[in-house]
Amino acid sequence: MICDKCGEKEANVHLTKIVNGEKNEIYLCENCASQSNEFSFGTDHNFTFQNLLAGILSPAINNESSQNNLLNNKVVCNKCNSSYQEFSQKGLFGCAECYDIFENKLESLMKRIHGNTEHSGKVPQRRGGRLKLKRKINDLRDQMQEAIAMENFEKAAILRDQIHEIDSEMEGEVNGEH
Amino acid sequence: MENIDYSSHLFSEAGPEKDVIISSRIRLARNIEDISFPNKAKDSERKEIVEMTKQVIADQEKYQFNLLDLYEISDIDREILLEKHLISRDHAKRRVGKALFLNNKQDISIMVNEEDHFRIQVLSPGMDLDKLWKKANEIDDLLEENLDFAFSEKWGYLTACPTNVGTGLRASIMCHLPALNLTNRIDKVMGAISQLGLAVRGMYGEGSNPAGNIYQISNQITLGHSEEDIIDNLKSVNQQIVEQERKARQIMLNNEIDNLKDAIKRSFGVLKYAYTISSKEALQLLSDVKLGIDLGIINDLSADLISELLILIRPAHLKISEGRDLTNKELNIKRAEMIQEKI
Repeated sequence: MICDKCGEKEANVHLTKIVNGEKNEIYLCENCASQSNEFSFGTDHNFTFQNLLAGILSPAINNESSQNNLLNNKVVCNKCNSSYQEFSQKGLFGCAECYDIFENKLESLMKRIHGNTEHSGKVPQRRGGRLKLKRKINDLRDQMQEAIAMENFEKAAILRDQIHEIDSEMEGEVNGEH
Repeated sequence: MENIDYSSHLFSEAGPEKDVIISSRIRLARNIEDISFPNKAKDSERKEIVEMTKQVIADQEKYQFNLLDLYEISDIDREILLEKHLISRDHAKRRVGKALFLNNKQDISIMVNEEDHFRIQVLSPGMDLDKLWKKANEIDDLLEENLDFAFSEKWGYLTACPTNVGTGLRASIMCHLPALNLTNRIDKVMGAISQLGLAVRGMYGEGSNPAGNIYQISNQITLGHSEEDIIDNLKSVNQQIVEQERKARQIMLNNEIDNLKDAIKRSFGVLKYAYTISSKEALQLLSDVKLGIDLGIINDLSADLISELLILIRPAHLKISEGRDLTNKELNIKRAEMIQEKI
């Protein structure tokens, strides 16, 4: 018997499917059988996204030294009372402050989920002013390095002054807040 | 509290690349800084968020949002919203403080107190991600003018689940890929997609062979890339899928034209004359007929009607149309009637 799917290899898996009284027989080779979803009967009903995430999260606990581990797992968010263990079971943080409380665990977690650890998208219009200035400075610094590399020192000096200007503007803001 | 407009169907409009792409969607996740995320917030806090949202967007002439209190509305209305893809399965579970703000056209909505305080969603038929991002961005700015969002310089917008942190952006495309499926190329395409930080899943049913050949493709990574980059990535992958699907259709047309015509016309025949039809069979036959329309094999029918039927044949919509609860057997009869009324 030749495989029904690839039509090449010898079929050694015989599948009989009865759906709503209709009988359907398929002969497959080992290769095609292993690729077929006929055999995934959804046996593992616990395989949800949250569990998957919990799986990613728990090694982060195990990898650290046990003493550290104990300390860290006792830490509880003072706003929402979530522990790291609760987070790793649910896959959900309880509030924005959890991000500060569990900060030392997040670097490796985010790396695993996103391959990145630094936001580079939209910044809130009203409150994101500081970050916007920071990004502007980084941008100007890049341009300045480029200008220096091209030996365009005049341009580099202009860019340096612009950076200073924004720098002092930011400091003024911080001082103003206190 | 307002009522749901059952008759409004976004998919009765045509969109770009509509021979392959049924619809596109953008979703933004946002949270208010000082209130715990919905999984930890008190009932009173969740209610307060609904009130705050109402105050911010109630007077917006431009959008004219209606507020639907998901705790108050009937089970059947929750099902309707779910079938229209306006709320998630999670959001359809009855709980105090869950709400949906929905505009009249039903293409802009805000889920309040789902997994995050806000899920801004914009939908459009066909492929239109750039415009959608512009719209979602506007709604985001509108909310942010009056609400302090949880945001960190390092992690971006903070979300309950770390898989959404950063941009909070999920862009997705719903596409119809019958030829890739019939020519057994779908697995290869899916494999390639998942290497690119995108996820693919069947829209209806599970596994790599979903009912109706309808797939949803979306970005998985939300941190470390700008919104524009995430959207461009999804767009370029989608363009390739559209081309692959069209190529596969052309191959079928070249090699199997008689068999293809026969199969499509038979499917059309069953849809036209069946007395009773299950949801799964209907989805498959509608997929065949949509392919027939897109290939010019069936001429006197519009593809948009098929997209509309994908929603109209679902249980809650059939029940609403009949005006009463229906058994499974009755649903299958009503479904056949509904299809025949339309095609």
